[in-house]
Amino acid sequence: MTFTPGSALLGGALIGLSASGLLALAGRVAGISGIVGGLLWPRRGGTAWRAAFFAGLLIGGLLVREWAPAVFAPRAPAAPALALAVAGLMVGFGTQLGGGCTSGHGVCGLSRGSLRSAVAVLVFMTTGALAVFVSRHVLPRLG
Amino acid sequence: MKSVAVAFFAGILFAIGLCVSGMTDPAKVLGFLDVGGSWDPSLAFVMAGAVGVHAIAARLALRASRPVWSDRYSLPTRRAVDLPLIAGAAIFGLGWGIAGYCPGPAVVNLVAPSPGLATFVLAMALGTIALPLSRAGMRLIKQTVGVNREPGGAAGAARRTAP
Repeated sequence: MTFTPGSALLGGALIGLSASGLLALAGRVAGISGIVGGLLWPRRGGTAWRAAFFAGLLIGGLLVREWAPAVFAPRAPAAPALALAVAGLMVGFGTQLGGGCTSGHGVCGLSRGSLRSAVAVLVFMTTGALAVFVSRHVLPRLG
Repeated sequence: MKSVAVAFFAGILFAIGLCVSGMTDPAKVLGFLDVGGSWDPSLAFVMAGAVGVHAIAARLALRASRPVWSDRYSLPTRRAVDLPLIAGAAIFGLGWGIAGYCPGPAVVNLVAPSPGLATFVLAMALGTIALPLSRAGMRLIKQTVGVNREPGGAAGAARRTAP
């Protein structure tokens, strides 16, 4: 895997710009798990902007697919189907229980200096690295 | 209405940012989390870029009493570092490390679906509603039990007419 600091920094800045526009103009936090949660289990108010943001994510993806199809080139799955299903359940459940994901806690929370978010980021980075360590370096040796 | 339009364009920009940064590729994400292997620090630069821009912009924005096109800021109100936060983040991180998808990239990848992605996203949707669904179930059970305790309730009436 190649190190790509330039595109990473630029892409990150665009994500930060998106979150900033949403906060300054609409007063909302760009947390994807919160947006998805609010759409799948609607509470009173706040469904319209979440649906619009979600639609924007898909439109943005479609635009990139037009301009640079290589971004979405078919790739081998990172894990077997059963593992992906378990992972999906964990990501969905964990982000709702913990109140955020990489965007809500990682980008927005850290930017506002939230202690909750700093702890969450530290924890999910650690368990994420743990999962990769076990799946790449422990399980293969056990055969 | 303007704030809904803002959300739409913010979503587009967010997706483009994810694609440019490389976060839509699970292999890239797993490469970042693979500190015991050939570690790829790119994702730290994504976070640095995003937090660098947003920390300054959010500070400036929140000086205003209200957002430009909305009545008020809707910010998280919880402050406590509690067990749900830590357990939730831990569970999320494990899932993230298994699949290489967090919610944003998983959604954006829906424009080029694969069986693996579809499996992940369906499971993620289930996991997302599991908590509110179980809470609603608990409320329903409590209500039902409450009705049963009422002498004049439906269950009480049924008991009286039973032989």
